[in-house]
Amino acid sequence: MILAVVEHADRRPERLSLEMLSLARRLGAEVGEPVEAVLFGAGATEAAGQLAGRGVSVAHVVEDDRLAAFAPVAWATSIVQLMTARVPSIVLAAGSDRGSEVMAHVGARTDFPLAANVTDVLPGEPFRITRQRWAGSLLEDAVLDAPTKLLTIAPHAVAIDEPATGGTAASAAAAPILEPFAPTLTEDDLRVAVARRLEPDRSGISLTDARVVVGGGRGVGSPEAFSELEELAALLGAAVGVSRVVTSSGWRPHSQQIGQTGLRIAPDLYIACGISGAIQHIVGAKAAKRILAINTDPDAPIMSVADYAVIGNLHEVVPAISAEIRRVTGR
Amino acid sequence: MNILVCVKRVPATGGRITLTADGRDIDTRYLGFTVSPHEECAVEEAVRIVEKHGGSSTVLTLGPEVAGEQLRDAMAIGIERAVLLETDGADWDPLATAAAIVDAVRALEAEGETFDLLLFGNEAADTGDFQVGIRVATALGRPSVTGIKAIEVADGKVVARREAGGGGWEVFELELPAVLAVKEGLNLPRYPSVPGRLRAKKKEIVRMTPLSRAGGPTKERLRLPEGNESTVEVIGQGAAAAPAVVELLTRLGVLGR
Ligand SMILES: Cc1cc2nc3c(=O)[nH]c(=O)nc-3n(C[C@H](O)[C@H](O)[C@H](O)COP(=O)(O)OP(=O)(O)OC[C@H]3O[C@@H](n4cnc5c(N)ncnc54)[C@H](O)[C@@H]3O)c2cc1C
Ligand SMILES: Nc1ncnc2c1ncn2[C@@H]1O[C@H](COP(=O)(O)O)[C@@H](O)[C@H]1O
Repeated sequence: MILAVVEHADRRPERLSLEMLSLARRLGAEVGEPVEAVLFGAGATEAAGQLAGRGVSVAHVVEDDRLAAFAPVAWATSIVQLMTARVPSIVLAAGSDRGSEVMAHVGARTDFPLAANVTDVLPGEPFRITRQRWAGSLLEDAVLDAPTKLLTIAPHAVAIDEPATGGTAASAAAAPILEPFAPTLTEDDLRVAVARRLEPDRSGISLTDARVVVGGGRGVGSPEAFSELEELAALLGAAVGVSRVVTSSGWRPHSQQIGQTGLRIAPDLYIACGISGAIQHIVGAKAAKRILAINTDPDAPIMSVADYAVIGNLHEVVPAISAEIRRVTGR
Repeated sequence: MNILVCVKRVPATGGRITLTADGRDIDTRYLGFTVSPHEECAVEEAVRIVEKHGGSSTVLTLGPEVAGEQLRDAMAIGIERAVLLETDGADWDPLATAAAIVDAVRALEAEGETFDLLLFGNEAADTGDFQVGIRVATALGRPSVTGIKAIEVADGKVVARREAGGGGWEVFELELPAVLAVKEGLNLPRYPSVPGRLRAKKKEIVRMTPLSRAGGPTKERLRLPEGNESTVEVIGQGAAAAPAVVELLTRLGVLGR
């Protein structure tokens, strides 16, 4: 049996969990074992119901009131108890914030190794995995030796398979059988939990959802000069993102940083202005469909990942683009 | 407040990564070394908390002797004491690393000082295992939480926040002693001053010999991911390129109306 930890929000399985399930389903077919899921908290039943056609035979639903707020250790304890009851060969979760945290607790509890941000698995003896290092700038092929293999799956590394539908494979298309699971939780398991939430202020376009991102790096030169990028962003309905040099100089908040230690963006177009294209920056923009680089240096590393480039001073190029958009659109 | 911060020495790779001929490591011959930005923020936070609440700050690393450089970097911005768990430079997996850090914490605490707070990076820059802090916390029986971008200490408790998508926050309250894995953005680290650097140079580093044990995944080789490389089309030079850019934006369908 393969046990998959499925996260959900608004009664639907999360995207990263669906990616993980696509890999789990393929693994299940390869090793000839069923995939079972575990889901936590309010809305788990509804979310489990949405797993039809994703190759999940049984969904263990933990709808304990004490788990209304996210409690990483309590999740891990529940998973460890399910492991004792169901003896899975593999336990996996998405490499999301929560998935990574909970699986690290499972690893710590069981004293089993945990392979983080796996992109591919070759089951068998030895059990081989490929995982990301340096946030995906490098891949590592490794052997995982443990009674139960613990994995997190790298975000955006596995495509989501279409769910199986009717006729052809009735069992694959079926919804999982729901089984309530009541873990035995102690005070200690519930010691760390979300005490309260601070709600977002929903102003502006979020960087992670934006169709166009205008990025600024050291080449922008000063906090004031970002007004040039903001003007272009406003004309394009784009979000402004930045490099680490910009946040560590205090020009812009870290919440706008793109890269290994910032956000991952996936726009249709990323316009990178005055950004050299260091690998730690570029891993955050890997999912961009197109990159347009504006840079004075035709040999900057960004040129090897960009699709289009304008060679020149961004303080001249960016305002000229804005002016041309105004002229063409009459805005 | 007594605080211990754990940092890991990693190569500062630039525009591209070059591997050694056997494909097992990054070719670091022409590279400098650093720690993860997450860990730089952990170091800065320890200094700030001690400035505000008093107490002591210690930085610890497990690595080869040259990792003393990263310990001195931390002392240059105000960490008082440094501990090196000296290795021969070989890879240590996260289980072995965590076990060695636990041994070191126990040994240091046996000398009388307890650490109210252990700070880790959310993930190491190179291996990105996302687990050493939690393994240490679990072994020591201390509460822990990851992904932290704001910390306040008051009355035997630490209030820690992490981002929850879309600009919202999740707030955790942990009893001390506690363990936090933090992210860049927690603060804006200061630059070391020249006197700070000179002071750090003269400070002693406490050395300990960690016990190795095998655990985590066994690396066979590293490789560079495929794809991503593209042929760039230069569409113009300077301001004169504006019409060509607008044409491109129109073609890509991003010049919304
Ligand atoms: C572990 C680790 C994690 C990291 N995480 C991140 C991360 O999450 N995000 C991130 O961005 N970085 C990250 N970095 C830092 C990264 O390595 C680079 O230092 C950083 O991305 C460089 O930022 P930059 O491109 O703005 O600056 P630079 O590298 O200094 O590049 C500036 C560019 O601007 C161009 N330029 C200058 N003036 C002009 C002008 N007037 N017009 C047009 N072009 C101009 C120059 O030709 C140059 O190409 C990380 C580093 C490490 C070690
Ligand atoms: N060799 C090491 N020495 C000291 N601290 C380490 C070491 N390796 C990892 N850590 C700490 O554990 C955090 C998480 O690492 P990891 O679980 O390997 O991603 C890092 O950000 C460091 O704070």
